[in-house]
Amino acid sequence: MTLVAGHPGPAAVPKSLVANPVLSNWVTVADDGIVAVRVGKVDLGQGILTALGQLAAEELDVGLEHIRMLPAHTDKGPDEGLTAGSMSVAESGSALRLVCANVRALFLHEAARRWQVDVAGLTTDNSYIKTSDGTRYTTYAELAGTVSLDVDVSADVATKSGDDMRVVGTSAARLDLPDKIAGRPRFISDMRLPGQLFGRVVRPPSPGSRLRDVDDSVIGQGEVRLVRDGSFLGVLGGDEAEVERAAKKLRAACSWDESPGLLPSENDLVTFLKRGPHETIPVIEESAVVDGGAGAPEGKRLRAQYSRPFLAHASIAPSCGAARWESDGRLSVWSHSQGIHRLRDAIAQALDLDVTKVSVEHVENAGCYGHNAADDAAFDAVLLARAAPTHPVQVQWSRWDELTWSPLGSAMVADADATVDDAGRILSWTYDVWSQGHTARPGYSGVPGLLAGAHLERASRYPPATDPPLPAGGGTTRNAVPIYDVGHRRITGHRQLSSPIRSSALRSLGSFLNVFAIESFMDELAAAAGRDPLEYRLAHLRDDRAREVLETAATAAGWGGDAHHDVGHGIGFARYKSKGAYCAVVAEIEAEHDIQVRKLTIAVDVGRVVNPCGVRNQIEGGATQATSWTLKERVRFDNTRITSGDWESYPILRFSEVPDIHVELVGRPDLPSVGAGEAAQGPTAAAIANAVTHAIGVRVRDMPLTRSAVVAAIESENP
Amino acid sequence: MTQAFTLTVNGQAARVTTHPDTSLLSVLRNELSLPGSRFGCGLGQCGACIVRVDGTVVPSCTTPMWSADGTSVVTVEGLADGDRLHPVQQALLDEQAAQCGFCISGIAVRAAALLESSPHPDEITVAQALEGNLCRCGVQRRIVRAVVKAGRTS
Ligand code: FES
Ligand code: FES
Repeated sequence: MTLVAGHPGPAAVPKSLVANPVLSNWVTVADDGIVAVRVGKVDLGQGILTALGQLAAEELDVGLEHIRMLPAHTDKGPDEGLTAGSMSVAESGSALRLVCANVRALFLHEAARRWQVDVAGLTTDNSYIKTSDGTRYTTYAELAGTVSLDVDVSADVATKSGDDMRVVGTSAARLDLPDKIAGRPRFISDMRLPGQLFGRVVRPPSPGSRLRDVDDSVIGQGEVRLVRDGSFLGVLGGDEAEVERAAKKLRAACSWDESPGLLPSENDLVTFLKRGPHETIPVIEESAVVDGGAGAPEGKRLRAQYSRPFLAHASIAPSCGAARWESDGRLSVWSHSQGIHRLRDAIAQALDLDVTKVSVEHVENAGCYGHNAADDAAFDAVLLARAAPTHPVQVQWSRWDELTWSPLGSAMVADADATVDDAGRILSWTYDVWSQGHTARPGYSGVPGLLAGAHLERASRYPPATDPPLPAGGGTTRNAVPIYDVGHRRITGHRQLSSPIRSSALRSLGSFLNVFAIESFMDELAAAAGRDPLEYRLAHLRDDRAREVLETAATAAGWGGDAHHDVGHGIGFARYKSKGAYCAVVAEIEAEHDIQVRKLTIAVDVGRVVNPCGVRNQIEGGATQATSWTLKERVRFDNTRITSGDWESYPILRFSEVPDIHVELVGRPDLPSVGAGEAAQGPTAAAIANAVTHAIGVRVRDMPLTRSAVVAAIESENP
Repeated sequence: MTQAFTLTVNGQAARVTTHPDTSLLSVLRNELSLPGSRFGCGLGQCGACIVRVDGTVVPSCTTPMWSADGTSVVTVEGLADGDRLHPVQQALLDEQAAQCGFCISGIAVRAAALLESSPHPDEITVAQALEGNLCRCGVQRRIVRAVVKAGRTS
């Protein structure tokens, strides 16, 4: 049969299967009954492999304990592109369900053939295959040797309906946590292969630096080797502590030509972001545009500007990678990349290798929350490993490397402009947002885009970040379109075409600032009309799922009532990417000294819930991280160097600062599952800012909402 | 300029030869095959590498071997009693109190130490005790709940 992606009707084949139709690429069944599943998505700490394991167990009718989720590998298993954008349950999940339903059908047929009975009279139950009267039975294990899975998936096999599901919808425990909680080796930095060497890269002190000179005598005559190629400088050896010391000495023995004045002023990012050239991204342009704004000129006009600074992914584990050049010229790479196939292609392109000679296997690391330095660390390992063929070389980045050289989430600024009638009803809405691009993943711009490439003697350009296309959710303009009825709309993104600051995908991309801006502005419009923020939103909102989520959060939080003793409440809401999860957040904050978020009450609709505990964990974690971004985080720099290179200069939320979080799941067992990982980011920020206004009457439009930002806002309101 | 050191790790005698400036973290991970203590910053700022040295909770990344000679060290691998997880670990598992789990070793070690000095802590006490442990995935509330629960049940 021919497979067509996106074909309407029941026989549509999930996107991941079009390129990877062979069942055995996804699933193999061993004669001990263990089902090995290899998907193209990777676990980043979000628990996706557990959720996908549940889907496999469900369709096969085997216990979750019989499922083994194998690491993604470019030579084995399907290529499913990136693990990003909260798409894994939707993409990989639907593919895996169909694959497993096919596998089950093949096993049923084999049993029917053996027993010479009609397959319609057979069923599966907890790893057994049996006649419906239970008189004859066998197992997946017994039939494994005779059923070939080297066949293409058929779209005509039915998957289970919601009512029949027993594993999906339960809070199955995460498959990986027992190892992690016991402290067993599990992460890429824990890898110890035979003959392994350890590497460190001595990074330049700032963007645009050139290595002028290095006194390599400082590392002495020991077994630590030095690799230099242009401004790329590294060391490797068999004793990690020794290598670390050598790198430190070498760092002190380097002289660099830096580029003073290359970086913008950290205190005037608005000017920096609005200075072109930009790519203009027209998202919506409706008729009757007048006066620089959308819509009719009548009505009262309100305007406001919102911003966020550069943010770091700030993974708790600095990036790490490993590579080994085999004696036959093949290259093996281990990486915690979000896209191992793209990394493979980028490495092959960068070094002019035959791509079939490069393989990349995924190994877990700590959560990355977007495109951090995972791919770069892998490429560092590839470069250093050239100096020691047949030895695996593991490169560990430092904390400073991670916070200053990983791609950052771009700073952004948005101007919102609306007209309203006498009752406050919105008549027109104009919105402009400026940002650097939100993706610079390997290969995205047709060039490898791996950091070290820009430091080599024959340097390859490190490309400026671009944006994912609008149908994929966009980047700068992600969630720039309000979900509300706002009359005539003109919504435009302005992506900066080049920048000295490296930016790429950070959890939720532009959505974080856009939702913060839209939801803050909705509160400002409500306040100008003297209306309650929740009532005001509902009056402009038709989508029933949206209304239910907002009302659920409000009810659970006991919405309404006045602020007292510097305590306030605020609400924020969005549907992620306008087609994903709905999420409403009510924040309770205290603004006596620093802003303290006391409680977040959250309602979320992710369609069918595969694992309720997992969805809650993602929402709680996302909201906590968003609270950290909103209150504390800001990448610092002077005009030459990024200066926030440790946890003191880049503080994140600590235990005592983390709010209580209550999550309500609005169940939709009949609707497709969508991801939960990014849904809470923007709504949380807006809810906090709106609660600050409720508590102390001041509107803070620039993140982070530190004490000095509050003071600045007070001063600008009372000049 | 290496030197021999002896120490007790999780109840077992260990002898290692290394540079006196080598961190205890590096020795645990590279010489003693105990990778449970994780490298998060190497600066004593994140808590991912926390162990106990003669009972005191310390970051092993900033503990040089010259200061650890002759001490008794307990790591996350030493918390469980054979196959039986430490009550803190069991509670963390029960509450599914981790996402990526990279922070959890240091947190488990610190929380286990807390329960020795304060067997039934409330949430505020737990949060204060863990102030030096960072978790980027945002699992703090679950972790606090788990540790309080471990205190209640032990
Ligand atoms: S690694 Fe030791 S405190 Fe961060
Ligand atoms: S669970 Fe990922 S850092 Fe804590």
